[in-house]
Amino acid sequence: MNKFRGFVIKEFFHIFRDVRTMIILFGMPVMQMLLFGYVITNEIKEAKIAILDHSRDHVTTELSRRIVASSYFQLAQVLDHDKEILDVFRKGDVKEVIVFEADFAEKLEKTGQAKVQILGDASEPNTAKILVNYTTGILMSYIQELNTQTELPLRIDPVTTMLYNPQMAGVYMFVPGTIAMLLMLICALMTSISITREKELGTMELLLVSPLKAFQIIVGKVLPYVFLGFINAVTILLLGNFVFGVPIQGSVILLLLESILFIIMSLSLGILISTLTNSQQIAMMVSMVALMLPTILLSGFIYPVENMPKILQYLCYIVPPKYFIIIVKNIMLKGTGMEYVWKETLIIIGFTMVFLLLSIRKFKIRLA
Amino acid sequence: MRTVLLIIQKEFIQVFRNRMMLPLIFVVPIIQLLIIVHAATFEVKDARICVVDHDLSTTSRKLVSTFEASPFFQVLGYSADYKEAEKLIRANKADLILSIQAGFEKQLLRERYGQVHLSINAINQQAAGVIQAYSMMIIRDYNRQLIVDWIGRSTPAQARMIPVEYAYWFNPELSYINFMVPGILVLLVTIIGLLLSAMNIVREKEIGTIEQINVTPIHKYQFIAGKLIPFWILALLELAFGLTLGKFLFDIPMVGSLWIIFMTAAEYLLVVLSYGLFLSTVTNTQQQAMFLAFFSMMIFLLMSGLFTPVESMPAWAQEFNRINPIAYFIRIMRMVLLKGSGVSDILKPFLSLGVMALTTLLLTVWRYRKTV
Repeated sequence: MNKFRGFVIKEFFHIFRDVRTMIILFGMPVMQMLLFGYVITNEIKEAKIAILDHSRDHVTTELSRRIVASSYFQLAQVLDHDKEILDVFRKGDVKEVIVFEADFAEKLEKTGQAKVQILGDASEPNTAKILVNYTTGILMSYIQELNTQTELPLRIDPVTTMLYNPQMAGVYMFVPGTIAMLLMLICALMTSISITREKELGTMELLLVSPLKAFQIIVGKVLPYVFLGFINAVTILLLGNFVFGVPIQGSVILLLLESILFIIMSLSLGILISTLTNSQQIAMMVSMVALMLPTILLSGFIYPVENMPKILQYLCYIVPPKYFIIIVKNIMLKGTGMEYVWKETLIIIGFTMVFLLLSIRKFKIRLA
Repeated sequence: MRTVLLIIQKEFIQVFRNRMMLPLIFVVPIIQLLIIVHAATFEVKDARICVVDHDLSTTSRKLVSTFEASPFFQVLGYSADYKEAEKLIRANKADLILSIQAGFEKQLLRERYGQVHLSINAINQQAAGVIQAYSMMIIRDYNRQLIVDWIGRSTPAQARMIPVEYAYWFNPELSYINFMVPGILVLLVTIIGLLLSAMNIVREKEIGTIEQINVTPIHKYQFIAGKLIPFWILALLELAFGLTLGKFLFDIPMVGSLWIIFMTAAEYLLVVLSYGLFLSTVTNTQQQAMFLAFFSMMIFLLMSGLFTPVESMPAWAQEFNRINPIAYFIRIMRMVLLKGSGVSDILKPFLSLGVMALTTLLLTVWRYRKTV
């Protein structure tokens, strides 16, 4: 036991001695949370638009003024000809062009109808759709005022409650995902690399001939990462709570226990990867391409799983972070207890077992 | 020149000797491309409703069936009790609750006013917004229908109108795939290029073979060139491969000239690869290099506008994108492929990339020391 303790202490030194990695490890969650909290958003503000006004009368001027005055738009250019539209779009800054037909006010007065064309640059389909909707909204509210419509003779009023996220903050979605991603990164990736490193440098043989058992070597290697991962998870929770106001509705202890379970699962995955390869580069590529991208994309981190095609949804079943994200969302945001997450918990335990069994079968005491 | 060629040869041998490398470089990205493109959608479909109808009148039933008739909603079931319905939301089985109180119809008949309650799971605030907008639309339409049915009068005559015509240029079907594929290709090329280069020199340091190179009469720039060119070729091949797949699998539009794409890619890869090699020269272990690479890549990537529009970012983030090579490349890819932008349209970002390429390249050659 004494020998084992010595080994663990050595491993801790090994990792914490490396200041650069430490800075990144602790800077990463902070950076990510800030990015997700402040930068990554789908709301659109001050999109650049161009207006092509064939009429230039009091109505179109008023409409243009209203559109530009809203916080969604910013007038970048006034066009004179239809021909210019394509050029403007190709330049790339302008996202929408609004075209008023000639004699707008006159037509509106006489025939009761005047046409507006809204052209969106749909090379960014989401943005285009949102912008077109905003513009239509502004036009509609103008026309409603114009008509000074009498109140509807009968009204059904929908009252909406936004459950779990009354302020509609985008960061709610990202806290669970960020935790999952970082734990995956630190535990699976770092572990696999640090074990393959010993193999690549040839120091693994030294460890294997030492009186320590193979099992102890592995445990000793992963312990510091458990510690690191745990600190990071706590950092994210604290940041989310104090900086962005994401509440922890459910039991904190349960949440931390689940995090530890997920950490253990990621570590066993990392160990499995390291038993499969001898080079750090391969270990890293496997972790990066086969782990990171699915963790970001197939786990419900950014894109909801329910919206994906059926085949992908089945694929999502084998992405472990998916279950962890569900657990964190349920406990943290919905405030549910074990009765809503036991299934996911069991699945993660199952994954851990499979990974460990596979690595034990694959683990070779003798190298090459 | 011969020296550079020899280094290039050595690097190629080293990359391909590893039997797992080739599939990793070429096959895995393809699978990723297939998956990501379909997964990365914000489109909300089949919002699942749990109905709590305490009124059980003709009017309330009709309202529910209007929801049912909409392709966007899927009525999951009825619940007698709001608490029960909320449990379904907790268990992630429903997305919203539509609850109608007893006396809804009576109130509507008597006071010409009624309320319905919508409770939406808003953890994903974006989806919740969409669901809310659709529900409001359905309720509004139903409201109008009721006015016609009960009072027999539609909107007042003599109203003025501004009919709006929409046109979505360059992507009339608003296909998200056309938007994502160019971005994903940038992502894949970046990952492969950056990781291979960032771990390269430091690997030689770690294993100790760097000293064998250092004692040869090779020049610093020759060494860097020899390290850079193989990955440069690999990454360009990967891009060509990805574009071909994008064309055949997803039929993405390629309006502009492929020459511009490849010229830009060549320039962009210089930035990425020399940045990777730079990381490799300033670190001591592959782990460090990988971490630095991953960390910076993530920041650059998230801010680049790959997933969320750049316009919606705060001003400082948009300023930051001036030094973000990924942002430039993604922009050019989308502009050229989808809109057919020509050289004059992309000149500015193209030149910015050029300046960056030159700076990082010089920095890397300068930072690489043959002494230990």
